[in-house]
Amino acid sequence: MIPRVFLLLMLLLGCAAQAAPNPALVRQLAAEESDDKISAIQKLALTAEPEALAVLQQLADGSLKDDKGEEITLNNRVRRELEGALAVLKLIDPDVNVRYKAVKEVATNVDAAMAPMLAKARDRETEPKIRAVLVEIHAMATLKDKDPKIRLAAAKGLASSADPNTQAALKAQSEPANETDVEVRRAAFHSYLAVKDRLTLAENIGRVFSGLSLGSILLLAALGLAITYGVMGVINMAHGELLMIGAYATYAMQGIFRTHFPAHLDWYLLAAVPVAFFAAAAVGVLLERTVIRWLYGRALETLLATWGLSLMLIQAARVIFGAQNVEVANPTWMSGGLEILPSIVLPLNRIVIVGFALFVLMLVWVLMNKTRLGMFVRAVTQNRAMAGCVGVPTGRIDTVAFALGAGIAGLGGVALSQIANVGPDMGQGYIVDSFMVVVLGGVGQLAGAVWAALGLGIVTKFIEAWSGAVIAKIVVLVFIIMFIQKRPQGLFALKGRFVEN
Amino acid sequence: MQRRNFVKATAVTIALAAAGFITQPAVAADTIKVGILHSLSGTMAISETALKETALMAIEEINAKGGVLGKKLEPVVVDPASNWPLFAEKARQLLTQDKVAVTFGCWTSVSRKSVNPVFKELNGLLFYPVQYEGEELEKNVFYTGAAPNQQAIPAVEYLMSKDGGSAKRWVLLGTDYVYPRTTNKILRAFLKSKGVADADIMEEYTPFGHSDYQTIIAKIKKFAGEGKKTAVVSTINGDSNVPFYKELGNAGLKATDVPVVAFSVGEEELRGVDTKPLVGHLAAWNYFQSIKNPENDKFIKQYRDWAKKQKLPKAETVVTNDPMEATYIGIYMWKQAVEKAKSTDTDKVIAAMAGQTFKAPSGFTIKMDEKNHHLHRAVFIGEVKADGQFNVVWKTKGPVKAQPWSPFIAGNDKKKDEPEGK
Repeated sequence: MIPRVFLLLMLLLGCAAQAAPNPALVRQLAAEESDDKISAIQKLALTAEPEALAVLQQLADGSLKDDKGEEITLNNRVRRELEGALAVLKLIDPDVNVRYKAVKEVATNVDAAMAPMLAKARDRETEPKIRAVLVEIHAMATLKDKDPKIRLAAAKGLASSADPNTQAALKAQSEPANETDVEVRRAAFHSYLAVKDRLTLAENIGRVFSGLSLGSILLLAALGLAITYGVMGVINMAHGELLMIGAYATYAMQGIFRTHFPAHLDWYLLAAVPVAFFAAAAVGVLLERTVIRWLYGRALETLLATWGLSLMLIQAARVIFGAQNVEVANPTWMSGGLEILPSIVLPLNRIVIVGFALFVLMLVWVLMNKTRLGMFVRAVTQNRAMAGCVGVPTGRIDTVAFALGAGIAGLGGVALSQIANVGPDMGQGYIVDSFMVVVLGGVGQLAGAVWAALGLGIVTKFIEAWSGAVIAKIVVLVFIIMFIQKRPQGLFALKGRFVEN
Repeated sequence: MQRRNFVKATAVTIALAAAGFITQPAVAADTIKVGILHSLSGTMAISETALKETALMAIEEINAKGGVLGKKLEPVVVDPASNWPLFAEKARQLLTQDKVAVTFGCWTSVSRKSVNPVFKELNGLLFYPVQYEGEELEKNVFYTGAAPNQQAIPAVEYLMSKDGGSAKRWVLLGTDYVYPRTTNKILRAFLKSKGVADADIMEEYTPFGHSDYQTIIAKIKKFAGEGKKTAVVSTINGDSNVPFYKELGNAGLKATDVPVVAFSVGEEELRGVDTKPLVGHLAAWNYFQSIKNPENDKFIKQYRDWAKKQKLPKAETVVTNDPMEATYIGIYMWKQAVEKAKSTDTDKVIAAMAGQTFKAPSGFTIKMDEKNHHLHRAVFIGEVKADGQFNVVWKTKGPVKAQPWSPFIAGNDKKKDEPEGK
């Protein structure tokens, strides 16, 4: 760590030597032993010349070649050392974003000897965001200082941190074995509690978010079923396969964009949304017209027939796309995460899916409640004979409603393709979850499906955090069975004359 | 000829022809049937499909050079669909109906456990090409993948070393079935023997096909934030690895902070993932595609040509990996053993397998142990590169003898290093 300290000192004093990078050192970067590589990196970094920086940057990017023209390989230890050295060199970069990344990197590995230099860097920093980080890492560096007063200031200063590493350091400092001064111990303990509270809060925010994310996925998977089963009463065992069709439509669009519009590949997902909707809806129309319409009112036959259809659709997908999973890549604007605190990063793909679920929900709500078609669908489900009497084409409405449910399932498939594997039998994993949501929410109620999906998502995630994924699955199923025993109509029950039918 | 007689005669002819057609393959004895028992659909298809292709490729290569004992090999491919009981049914079908001389198959330990009794009962011969947890030694099975001491233990030792990052805290993460549970039991005992406290080990399991790793990644982050250097040992199997690594990349958990070493992730599994955020995460195997030697160059080229010829999906990006190499070694060793025994009889082949050697693509001459049905293999540890290949950062000097009965499980010291009833 010592060379990094010197390096920082030299940078801040502004006395960089002027010479081309030593060729022997550059050659040493290709050495067999990690120790040799690291010493070469440190020596090169110490010169603090732009050329040396460029060589190190090349090494980090993997574009530096050895004498034989082969790429120089790094292991994690060398890479960490290299990233640390580069980060220190970049602390005085004129670009704010580069500096911010650099302080973040330095923060992962703070050393007591760096304290004076960090103080200088902190004092000359003008950007408040970076300054805040520097204040924090300076406090971390001085937490073990000889002077109890400085230790006390550091312990107090760290109270505003939200970094798990700080928590561990403060906890250690609050123990008598590591700290002799009572004042410092007390301050460290107070700060530890503050950081711990903040981290617990962050943890819970993260958990609620992952619950919301799971809930939104459940909702997208179940919303189509809420229409076909919930509103129309068709026990559609092929629902999972409609999700699969949506996912494969996304895959197909990705393929089309790759070959025809590689420049706009990032936007294939937007194009996939209508395609998936209409592909799944078309299959829905086909299923309804050929099989399901002959079985209305016969639940058991519908169940068996749609189960058979689901097997046929799975096999069809195997024949067309192959039995193996296909790769659906996240567009770049959905990769990575949003860091809201050092301890929680919300993945962008999940944030987008939560938004997409809201969008689909709005779409369904508007369709069902604000359009003539929606009114017809509701009329037919509430009283078929009367609706027919007043001139609603009930047969056609059935087809359209089923197609709508299937299309919504297709949209669910688009979302699933972004986080789960796309394969012929992917739908099988969601059929149970979908029925669970619809039954729990109350058959015939879209609002019920929403509450059930979000509730199940959050409850599952909290149980998962406490007991692991395997037990969580069991506990949730047991809970639903008990709930349905107590309240067979689900969370929200329809009221009115038509319920008995 | 009267019309009625003509009809009758035609019917009889057709019936005879049909009967002849059906019985013909059973009569023809100029081929040796070879069973291939790999999941071509379901959660394990991501890993196992390539093994079927490798087996077919090796069989075609052997046939092109004149077959075995002057007979051509005839592959019988079945799909047990990642369904463990179906593995046993298909194995029985291969042995009783197709009468195969040998079977190459299985990936997960649970599938192997489900076919073991079938091979034992019908005295069949199975070559199992995947690293596994040990704790088993069947007379009817040859294990061409690694035992724990040829993969798991060296990987953990590497992470403990200075170059591996001197890890002090451990997350043992796996799919919930026999292989991860047993491996983690061995690893826990091993870590304890190295002075790691129970509080510094976290064990987590997920169901097969699990796709939501948010909670687990959050837990790993929290665990790693409690001080001391943390490493993750992943025994996640099958297509769950894709969402796991996607989540890992999105959550910004870098290999320099918390390295993940995987035992069931190779080149093939990473084909479906953007590997740029995963650079530096590790895998331990007995073979990597990136190993440079003439045998490996030949093996890679051969498989690429095969993929193009068979028009496999995305044939231009196919990769080779450890279980594929193990399958290839297994088929050739079986061929050598049959030629030595001059028979495909199970017991004679088992006897002839002892001490067989083969110059493998991993760059070593691999030997089948005289007694314990496992290969002596060299261990490599690789870091993921941006292009989805592995960069070997550590390897053993030479092949290591397998210890199917791990010394880290109590009572194993009394077990014989040889299958019962041999």
